[in-house]
Amino acid sequence: MELVQPGIGLIFWMTLSFAALIFILAKFAWKPILKGLHEREASIDDALNAANKAREDMKDLKFSNEQLLKEAKEDRDVILREARAVKDKIIDEAKEKASAEAARIVEAAKENIQYEKMAAITDLKNQLATLSIEIAEKVLKEELSTKNRHKDLVERLIGEVKFN
Amino acid sequence: MKIKYKGLSFIRQIALIVGVLIISAQVSFSNESEGRHLTNDEEAYDAGKMIIEHVIDAHEWHIMSIGETHVSVPLPVILYDEGEFVVFMSSKFHHGHEEYKGYKLELDGENKGKIVNVESGVLPLDLSITKNVAAMLMSMVFMSWLFISIARSYTKRKGMAPKGMQSLLEPLIIFIRDDVAKPSIGEKKYEKYMPYLLTLFFFIFLNNMFGLIPFFPGGANLTGNVAVTGVMAVFTFLITTFSANKNYWVHIVNTPGVPWWLKIPVPLMPIVEIMGVFTKPFVLMVRLFANITAGHIIVLGFMSLIFIFGNMNVGLGYGVSVVSVAFAIFMGLLELLVAFIQAYVFTLLSALYFGMAMEESH
Repeated sequence: MELVQPGIGLIFWMTLSFAALIFILAKFAWKPILKGLHEREASIDDALNAANKAREDMKDLKFSNEQLLKEAKEDRDVILREARAVKDKIIDEAKEKASAEAARIVEAAKENIQYEKMAAITDLKNQLATLSIEIAEKVLKEELSTKNRHKDLVERLIGEVKFN
Repeated sequence: MKIKYKGLSFIRQIALIVGVLIISAQVSFSNESEGRHLTNDEEAYDAGKMIIEHVIDAHEWHIMSIGETHVSVPLPVILYDEGEFVVFMSSKFHHGHEEYKGYKLELDGENKGKIVNVESGVLPLDLSITKNVAAMLMSMVFMSWLFISIARSYTKRKGMAPKGMQSLLEPLIIFIRDDVAKPSIGEKKYEKYMPYLLTLFFFIFLNNMFGLIPFFPGGANLTGNVAVTGVMAVFTFLITTFSANKNYWVHIVNTPGVPWWLKIPVPLMPIVEIMGVFTKPFVLMVRLFANITAGHIIVLGFMSLIFIFGNMNVGLGYGVSVVSVAFAIFMGLLELLVAFIQAYVFTLLSALYFGMAMEESH
C-alpha cells in the first residue's frame, strides 16, 4: 500500500520545484535554445537557397555562353558563305568581261579584215581598170596589125586575167 | 517529407509494440517475483520488505549496511505541527531507534515509515526533504546547469554546428519539437507548449536514468513514485484545461455525431466524456509510476533470489547469482529502453491532449 500512497511533502515539493524548474528552464534554457535552433535552421535554409540560386545562375550563364558560341559559329558560317559567293561572283564577272573583250577584239579584227579586203578589192579593181586600159591600148595597137591576132590576143589576155 | 513521416510512424508503431510487450512482461514478472518472496517470508532475509524499502520514499538516503552499521546520508526533517515548524536532521532518529523532540519514526504497523507525534499519536504535516525530494532537487539543479550551459553555447556559437553536450542533446530537443509537439499540437500553436514539453521529457528521462544507478547520487525511485508522476499529470491536466477552446467543451457537453438519446434524458455521453477528462491524466500518472516501479522491483527481485538461495545454502547462492546477474543485466538494458519510451510516451500524450483541447471544429 505504501507504494500507491502519495506523500504530502513530496507532492508539495514536487509542485513547487517542478513549476520553478519549468519557469527557469523556459526563461534561461529553452528560449535561447529554440531561438538558436530556429536561427540556425533559417540560416541553413538561406544558404541552401543561395546555393541553389547560384547553381541556377551558373546554368543560365553556361547556357548563354553556349548560345553565344553557337551564334558566333553561325555568324562565321554566314560570313564564309558570303565570301565564297562574292568570290564566285567576281570570278564569273571576270570571265564574262574577258570573253566580252575577246569577242570585241575578234569583231574588230574581223572588221579590219573586211576593210582590208575591200581596200584590196578596190585596189584590184583600179589595177584591173588600168590593166584593161593598157590591154585595150595593146589591142588597139595589135588591131592595127592583124585583126585576127587582135581577137586572139584579147581572148588570151582575158583568159589570163583571173580575179583572185 | 511523406516518406519521412511514414518511417517515423513505423518507428512509433514498433516502439508502441515493444512498450506494450515490456509492460505486460513486467507485470507478469513482478507477480512472479512477489509470489516467490512471499513464500520466503519466514526466512531471516525478507525479500519483499527489502524490495519495498528500495522503491519507496525514505527520510534518509540509505547507502549500505555493514552488519548492524547503517551508512546513510541524513536529510532534513521539516514538520508542521500544532501551528509551528519543527526542523531537524533525520539522523537524530538513529534509523528509527530513538525519539527526538517528541517525534518518532514508525518502523512497523499502519504508519510505517512516517513521523508520528509521540504524545498525541497524530501525524504532523510532513514537508521533509526526503530521499525523493533530495533526488528531485539534485536532478533539477543538474538539469538547470546542463540546459543553461547548452543554451549559452547556442548564443555563443550562433548559427554554427552543435558541439559537445549540445550535439548530444540537440537531436532529442529537435525530436520533441518536430515529432512530438508539431504533429500533435499543430504548426501554429506548438511553440507556447515547447518549454513545458521539453522540461517534462528531460525531467522524466533523466530521472528514469538516475533511478537506474544503484548507488548514492542515483537510486531514488523518483519517477516510480505516484506523488511525482501525479503532480506531472496534474500539470498536464491543468494546461489542457486552461488551453481548451469552446469546441473542446462542446465536445464534452454535447458530443456531436452521437444519437440524442445518449444525451437526453440520461446524460450518458457527457458523463463518459467528463470521466475521460480525468482518466487521461490518471492513466498518465499510473503508466509512468507502474512501469518504472515494476522495472525496479524485477531487478531487485533477481537480486533477492541470490540472498534467498544463499540463506538456504551458500553454494546455491553463488550458483544462482550468475543467473540472477545475467537477468538483472538484461532487465537493466530493457530499463534503459523503458526510461526513454516512458518519457517519450508521457510527453507525446501530454502534447496530444493539448492538441485535442485546441482542435477546431471540422
